[in-house]
Amino acid sequence: MTSIYDGAGKNVACTVVEAGPCVVTQVKTEDTDGYSAVQLGFGEAKEKNTTQPLLGHFQKAGTTPKRKVVEFRNFSIGKALGEEVNVADVFTEGDTINAIGVTKGKGFQGVVKRHGFSGVNDQTHGQHNRGRAPGSIGASSFPSKVFKGMRMAGRDGGQQVTVKNLRVLKVFPEQNLILVKGAIPGHKGATIILEKKI
Amino acid sequence: MDAIKFVHEQLTAERKFPAFRPGDNVTVNYKIIEGDKERVQAFRGDVIQIKGQGATKTFTVRKISNGVGVERIFPFSSPNIVGIEVTKRGKVRRSKLFYLRGLVGKKARIKERKLIKDN
Repeated sequence: MTSIYDGAGKNVACTVVEAGPCVVTQVKTEDTDGYSAVQLGFGEAKEKNTTQPLLGHFQKAGTTPKRKVVEFRNFSIGKALGEEVNVADVFTEGDTINAIGVTKGKGFQGVVKRHGFSGVNDQTHGQHNRGRAPGSIGASSFPSKVFKGMRMAGRDGGQQVTVKNLRVLKVFPEQNLILVKGAIPGHKGATIILEKKI
Repeated sequence: MDAIKFVHEQLTAERKFPAFRPGDNVTVNYKIIEGDKERVQAFRGDVIQIKGQGATKTFTVRKISNGVGVERIFPFSSPNIVGIEVTKRGKVRRSKLFYLRGLVGKKARIKERKLIKDN
């Protein structure tokens, strides 16, 4: 993440995303697969780290092995197998997009961080070391159990998250970079999926 | 390719200001937009911190206004900074002068740095 200044001199937080070049690795149609979709490959992978089935798949498309392969439904860009998809083919300035990514792993966290419990925001009224405790997890002899799905402490982060309605601030076609307003899930250099809203 | 660096090369205009360090006394002329009116306000105080790098580098200026300490953080790349004047050079022994926050009156002064060689 970084920030730029807009025309009015306001500082806008934004994320730089390298969104290409992608290669069409498979085109699915109604006749052959029952639905239409386009499969795109992104990033170079080592041949020795790619499985034999995938190697054959990339060979069919006439490309080198790719690190990430993702399928997009309702992708009407008219690119054939093995053709390159660049940033400017899909995104223009001012577009609204969704970003799908895996959030940073936070480890084992308490309920205040993990579920947004407010905790006990007071040092008095008989409170000692339970400022961030979860409180009651249910009634006693009835129901005599803790309900499933009760929010408790545990592993936080590392989940797939969709951030909706992000705005494209700028597109750099030659570098295949786009500038998205706001934050995107995941660590630096993480692979994410950008969906354009139609 | 450093993507973030590239974006700033394209979008962030590089600003040239006189060099200053923590401990220096500076006057920052800052553009303020109120509705559709625009005016320049001066903020004079001691630089207590220079932080960050590249396009997100900032500096913090502290002054005592009507007996109350006021601190303001300015980004070096902000287009709203009209200009910076270095009014006094200060002699300090650290890069972050947060200890000034706990001092008042004569204790909170910074000794002036006599320039033998102009830098």
